[in-house]
Amino acid sequence: MSVQAAVDKLKAQFGDTVLDVSEFRGETTVVVKKEAIVAVCTFLKQDGFNFLTDLCGVDYLGKSPRFMVVYQLYSIGTHTRLRLKAPVDESDARIDTVSGVWATANWLERECWDLMGISFNNHPDLRRILMPADWVGHPLRKDYPLQGPDREPYQGRLQ
Amino acid sequence: MANLETMTINMGPQHPSTHGVLQLVLELDGEIVRKATPHIGFLHRGVEKLAEHRTYHQVLPLTDRLDYLAPMHNNLGYVLAVEKLLGITDAIPERAQVVRVLLAELTRIKSHLVWLACHALDIGAMTVFIYAFREREEIMNFYEEISGARMTSNYFRVGGLSADLPAGIEERIRKFANDMPGHIATYEGLLTGNKIWQKRIQGVGVISAEDAIDLGVTGPSLRGSGVDWDLRRDQPYSGYENYDFKVIVEEGCDTWARYHARLKEMHESCKLIHQALDKLKPGPILADAPKIVLPSKQSTVNTIEGLIHHFKIVSEGFKPDAGEVYVGVENPKGEVGFYLVSDGSARPYRMKIRPASFINLQALPKMCEGSMIADVVAVIGTLDIVLGEIDR
Repeated sequence: MSVQAAVDKLKAQFGDTVLDVSEFRGETTVVVKKEAIVAVCTFLKQDGFNFLTDLCGVDYLGKSPRFMVVYQLYSIGTHTRLRLKAPVDESDARIDTVSGVWATANWLERECWDLMGISFNNHPDLRRILMPADWVGHPLRKDYPLQGPDREPYQGRLQ
Repeated sequence: MANLETMTINMGPQHPSTHGVLQLVLELDGEIVRKATPHIGFLHRGVEKLAEHRTYHQVLPLTDRLDYLAPMHNNLGYVLAVEKLLGITDAIPERAQVVRVLLAELTRIKSHLVWLACHALDIGAMTVFIYAFREREEIMNFYEEISGARMTSNYFRVGGLSADLPAGIEERIRKFANDMPGHIATYEGLLTGNKIWQKRIQGVGVISAEDAIDLGVTGPSLRGSGVDWDLRRDQPYSGYENYDFKVIVEEGCDTWARYHARLKEMHESCKLIHQALDKLKPGPILADAPKIVLPSKQSTVNTIEGLIHHFKIVSEGFKPDAGEVYVGVENPKGEVGFYLVSDGSARPYRMKIRPASFINLQALPKMCEGSMIADVVAVIGTLDIVLGEIDR
């Protein structure tokens, strides 16, 4: 089944929940409301996108909603890719976990929480994974300095 | 009294068979592992954060420090992602494509040799280590001559290659690919019929195809569970669609099956190397895209256009259109993917790496819980993890 057909089915099934569909360099991206993410993922998994390749957060600092949680789906049957995105507000930086749909999501969501500070509801084991357990802050956020919070920003060699 | 309770022990991060700084907290009931909890992050360098502060060309050296046993593959995944973002995928010259495949397959053999050597060493078969590293050394020498570095190759470029192959190396690579099947037979002679080796890996670390897909396992670890999926064939890149090779699938789901899958993959890589050498014709190695590709030294020094392009690319970089792409390539360890988000500036707005080892490692508890503590070592070996890629 082509990606277009899958998107059409998704639109027919979920209606207003699908906020946007775009294409860039032959890759299809679907933006859905975060409330429906588990239902959409379950639907797509049954529809053939049986493999969760990757999951991450993107910080669009200064825009509203600030975060996007991005899911890269793959179909081992038809060898097609589909990207799913769900906007998440800074004031309520949480989204439902999809670790019940794909077990892969467990660690990927932990990483997203650790580095981007997006929390996942009903996650079985939401701990930091790459940073030390007692670390303060979420390093991949755009307002987190590259040099770390306790150092002067690097000014370059010539001053 | 004491034998009624379980005991919790730490394995690593300083442990020779955890292949780096991996810590496993094992809950043991006698010799049986009841629960295994991996702790990672000891080698975290913030590669994704660093990438947001560098131009696209400057990110490249960061990528070969991820999976340092297969640096060319990481370079390849990254340059393919940037080329897709720029929309110049079709402009890459034929010679560059062929050299990319040639080196990718050499690297696959190199990575599998380290896997075999360390896996066998962990289980107690020491001799194989010496033989496998002898052959790996030869690939390292090729690396050194081609890229100037034995491990951190940084050889591919957005648009092609950083330099052409050194003269005369093709024949030596061909000789290596001719000899390699014989070497693989030597390893098999030392291991496959060996009763201890069989006892240690047959039926160990079993994972079903459904569980493997659910846990996101990719690469030979997934194909050892009977899933017929290889990105080189199913989403071909760099011209893999023009090569004739078999995707190795083994049905056993255990360490024994994955052992055979990787050995056979090395044979396929040898075939691919021969085909790539046959296809190798003289020609340009960089795309005709002067605003993206660094000009040659000759052009920089002698022409005003070359000088201007060089200055602009080095000082400012190039600016792809705003958008986002994901490109996955078949690494020796599984799918390595680069998700690039561009906001139209000269630096990636966000770069997310899909690390094969990180996601494969997640399957470790499933594969070793309920088995003996000695099998944990076999499972770590068979997953073929690299901590540089896990921790990024």
